[in-house]
Amino acid sequence: MAKSSIKIRAKVKKGEAKVKCLISHPMETGLRKDKKSGKLIPAHFIQEVVCEHDGKTVINAQWSGTISKNPFLSFAFTGAKAGDMIKISWVDNTGKSDTTEAKMK
Amino acid sequence: MNQNRRVLLKGTFAAGATGIAISAGLLTPKAVLAAWPKAAFEAKDTNAALEASLGSSSTTESSDIKLKAPDIAENGAVVPITVTSDIANTEAISIIVAKNATPLSATFNLGANTNGFVSTRIKMGKTSDVTAVVKAGGKLYSTSKNVKVTIGGCGG
Repeated sequence: MAKSSIKIRAKVKKGEAKVKCLISHPMETGLRKDKKSGKLIPAHFIQEVVCEHDGKTVINAQWSGTISKNPFLSFAFTGAKAGDMIKISWVDNTGKSDTTEAKMK
Repeated sequence: MNQNRRVLLKGTFAAGATGIAISAGLLTPKAVLAAWPKAAFEAKDTNAALEASLGSSSTTESSDIKLKAPDIAENGAVVPITVTSDIANTEAISIIVAKNATPLSATFNLGANTNGFVSTRIKMGKTSDVTAVVKAGGKLYSTSKNVKVTIGGCGG
């Protein structure tokens, strides 16, 4: 199976899920210059991250290139139980995307 | 097995999986990208960014928003920010860095059962106020904190 760019840690305590995810991505703003060539490194960053649980969108994050490289995101929601699956997906400004599912502990 | 065959097969599986995901409509880049608020993220001042992202720029200071950020960011490229909103019906949280070239860093749209809590890491070009804006019940609330940056996070 292809390696995913998204690592997820999700725990449920008393019906409340706390999710942490780490995504591998350069998150280039497009403002940085390559030190050797002096040319601008083109913007390449995740624009949207979506987490779904039980068929509903839990969070929809709209990002700019000013989110740090290898972005970290943590959020929480209720109505969850241990063993439930969540799905996290992202799309970047070049049209690339990735999706991963994980079981909440 | 011949190394070239292994690489070819690995590449085929990877390409295949992504292709299937996109064709299954799990994540259609065009549909999702259409929703990205370009005007908001390219706005050069805070008010314009808020208008474009959350629909208004008039915010009320609120002590029900906790903004956790370092007093001094060791590395402007990775500044941890945590926003906790105790305001009922929090629908969205935005992070604004006033002195960044484009102040709006991120907007988080929350589901009905989602807590008013987000934690992430942002880039800051220089010392600036970081503002957390919360949209709840159609109104905007905010709180700010000044974060000193010793090494800028935009490569300059």
